[in-house]
Amino acid sequence: MNVHEYQAAKVLATYGIPVNPGKVASTPDEAEAIARELGGTVVVKAQVHTGGRGKAGGVKLAHTPVEAGEAAAAILGMDIRGHTVHKVLIAKGADIASEFYLGVVLDRPNRKVLVMASAEGGVEIEEVAKTNPDAIVKRLGDPLVGFRPYQAREMGFEMGLPADKINGFAAIASKLYDVYFNEDATLVEINPLILTGDGQWLALDSKMSFDDNALARHPDTEDMRDLNEENATELEAKRNGISFVKLDGTIGCIVNGAGLAMATMDAVKLHGGEPANFLDVGGGANASQVAKAFTLVTADRNVRAILINIFGGITRGDEVANGIREALGQVAVEVPIVVRLSGTNAEEGKSILAEAGITAVTSMDLAAAEVVKAANG
Amino acid sequence: MSILVNNDTRLLVQGITGREGSFHTTQMVEYGTNVVAGVTPGRKGQEIAGVPVFDTVQDAVEATQANTSIIYVPARFAPDAIYEAVDSGIELVICITEGVPVNDMVPVYHYVRQQGARLIGPNCPGLITPGQAKVGIMPGFIHKPGKVGLVSRSGTLTYEVVNALSEAGLGQSTAVGIGGDPVIGTSFIDCLALFQEDPDTEAIVMIGEIGGTDEEDAAAFISANVTKPMAGFIAGQTAPPGKRMGHAGAIISGGAGTAAEKMKALEAAGVRVAQSPSQVPGLLQEAMSA
Repeated sequence: MNVHEYQAAKVLATYGIPVNPGKVASTPDEAEAIARELGGTVVVKAQVHTGGRGKAGGVKLAHTPVEAGEAAAAILGMDIRGHTVHKVLIAKGADIASEFYLGVVLDRPNRKVLVMASAEGGVEIEEVAKTNPDAIVKRLGDPLVGFRPYQAREMGFEMGLPADKINGFAAIASKLYDVYFNEDATLVEINPLILTGDGQWLALDSKMSFDDNALARHPDTEDMRDLNEENATELEAKRNGISFVKLDGTIGCIVNGAGLAMATMDAVKLHGGEPANFLDVGGGANASQVAKAFTLVTADRNVRAILINIFGGITRGDEVANGIREALGQVAVEVPIVVRLSGTNAEEGKSILAEAGITAVTSMDLAAAEVVKAANG
Repeated sequence: MSILVNNDTRLLVQGITGREGSFHTTQMVEYGTNVVAGVTPGRKGQEIAGVPVFDTVQDAVEATQANTSIIYVPARFAPDAIYEAVDSGIELVICITEGVPVNDMVPVYHYVRQQGARLIGPNCPGLITPGQAKVGIMPGFIHKPGKVGLVSRSGTLTYEVVNALSEAGLGQSTAVGIGGDPVIGTSFIDCLALFQEDPDTEAIVMIGEIGGTDEEDAAAFISANVTKPMAGFIAGQTAPPGKRMGHAGAIISGGAGTAAEKMKALEAAGVRVAQSPSQVPGLLQEAMSA
């Protein structure tokens, strides 16, 4: 789960990391009032779950409260990489002497947590990784004893920080590691982390993502969820134990198992079609799950045919077939359906479907070819 | 013969009295797996499918000499269950549980290695040596004893490929589902090394998916160490980027993680890579006769 910049800043502040104070506005009037309260030059920033806000015109400098209101009017409602702006953050303009990057993330190959920093702050770290990988300094936290202050100091020296800035940097890096672990984040990033003209460290912008599997033990994190930023269908699916990702194609997919669901999308593509979604119905594939899956898939007006691909393991083919029949009684499906049934009791399942006028095939490739034909026909 | 599980496996089930635990214990016993004990704290003296239940893993191991454990407990108890198994001397721990937070798995991963034990999973279907031991939730009947070793990050997709192999007359030595989480106990490389060493595995199938660089790392390992014929499949060729992968995660992997790159890496290592699961048996036969 992702959160907004202003929410991430609040989390950093609770750990004692210095942040640039600001306030959130949903209207130009609010923005103007906040700018007046803060005084001086302010920056107005779009709050959306995507990068590239600056390039898209979602970050503007305002020298007066009226200008701040105008900037907010321009930014609110803007579309940035498919995300509509509903809120802007108004913060005091900072006096930037130098910019850094600081991030904590899982290093999958090492199964450890990685702390990364770079003196090339303010630009996307992926860019630095491509153009100047040596500018990124890295240290791994130990899974048993954590990330130690000497590692943070080493990183500071490697970046060429002046001696009197080392301890301040090390303190922030250690605190950021604590944020990552204590809050069950999957990514925490301060970019840029700046030194101001008078030599103070300040987290100017930050980004955080959290482990969905750990949200149950972090109700405060769950409270930060912004429903405007989430696909309503995907959330609805999740509440029903279904994994769903919307895509742009015309062939709806209903599958049991995530790996098989991906392979099914691939098979559709291989046979000349475009998948409309990723959908894993989870373990059961019973009538109510299948009915929910039909509802989710048919809500997409682009869907011209549906492929149901079930490999019966512990879930039996006849149960699945009855589930499909029942579900069709509950949800009106107006596009052609192709069923692929294999594994446990597949033959029994096929005869149940045949009685309901639905043809089921055994081979996944054949099913993919059939559904592409049905969608085009 | 096989890797990791066989007729010598003495299996313990942690969380045996739960819905999943009791159902799959029955399935494993019916398959012929030697299930010797179960553990649910406070349920000592009960029996599930004829298997005695103990309060602690220590008690169960002392009474039954269990050497392998399979875990069906809910996600918030799973790390503790793994620690309990390892501290009680269990050599091989299989964690089926889905939804364990990554931060919990990082110390678990390193602790298990330090103690000289092996963990498979979490979020995996388990493993099976056909005709000898089914230690997991896979449908046993689709597997046939044979000479093909299979390792996969997926569940149902593994069944799909196993079924295709069995129908083509290609039985399996052992099929291992290593799990789909970012931090898992046993990697592709660990399994490939075991299959390469196993005298009765003649060919290997590897099923990967998008995300991380485990497949690329496996490809490098294959180039240097695997001489047995191989075929593979990577799921997620049409998956959209950035949907499940963290922003900065792409840096460490150096821009890797897509199906196309993984397929390319495996092909460069001499693995015959299928475009669809149904092509796997044919490609494997081709590799075996080459």
